[in-house]
Amino acid sequence: MNLDAILDGAALICLALGAFLSMAAGVGLLRFPDALSRMHAATKPQIMGLFFVLAAIALDQRSWVTVLILIPVVVLQTLTAPISAHMIGRAAYRTHNFSDEHTLVDELGPAVDKATREQRRRGPER
Amino acid sequence: MSPAEHGFIRRLRLRQLPVMIGLVVFWLMLWGDVTALNVVVGVVLAIIVTRVFYLPPVDISGRVNPWWLLRYLGYFLRELVIASFQVAFLALDPRGVPHSSFVRVKLRTKSDFILTMVGMTISLIPGSLVAEVDRYQSTLYLHVLNTRTLKDVEAMRREVRWIEELLIRAVGDRNDLRRLGA
Repeated sequence: MNLDAILDGAALICLALGAFLSMAAGVGLLRFPDALSRMHAATKPQIMGLFFVLAAIALDQRSWVTVLILIPVVVLQTLTAPISAHMIGRAAYRTHNFSDEHTLVDELGPAVDKATREQRRRGPER
Repeated sequence: MSPAEHGFIRRLRLRQLPVMIGLVVFWLMLWGDVTALNVVVGVVLAIIVTRVFYLPPVDISGRVNPWWLLRYLGYFLRELVIASFQVAFLALDPRGVPHSSFVRVKLRTKSDFILTMVGMTISLIPGSLVAEVDRYQSTLYLHVLNTRTLKDVEAMRREVRWIEELLIRAVGDRNDLRRLGA
């Protein structure tokens, strides 16, 4: 068994794992009850899924140029995914786009109410 | 331009130098090719980007503890893999959809950098995302997937504070380290 065969096998496994996580993300997107839960499905298993697919590409190509192009993909994905998740999550909470039925505790509600009351007392800012 | 003003601008430029070099290297990586034209275009773009999208400089303590940094990275990678599969199986679970919670976590740090890093870490680990940040109170409000009981909520709070501790011990400043001990 030579090195090429081992690396090909590793690439195969990575690709299969990446495909599985991406599929699960799609299923989660359909099944989870509200916008916030769906954000978890949309952003998270998909990051790991992308990493697995990129690892498979690197293992398959075995060239430094490819690895150097893949690194920015990983860095940008890692930096931007939390920000988009946060912005959508924040908007989803403020517009009450989540299901009470599927919420166990809400420790954010009182803080938002307080901020809203204070803003009303000070009057409109614009 | 007064000498003081001149010195200030030079310091600002010097501070931006690592960012500029990073951006040029990034540009070259995207092209996968180092040519004179790519370098020149990269430098021009880096100058435009740092001028147009100007951000205030980040206060970094400058202290790095390699051992705790390694522990942080190890913890992060392990959680990333485990939690990815947990959320994947949760999505496929035939028993139904999970209950989530909004969890308030009060952090000890007073540093924007650590607060941001904790938020990024939490958001990248599947099953939790930052729904709201109170910067002045160093408080994160998280949306946490799959909290069956209040015990899960408490476990999440402990986990976030542990991530904060790892980060402070790895790259935090002296004041934050003291707050950990208190």
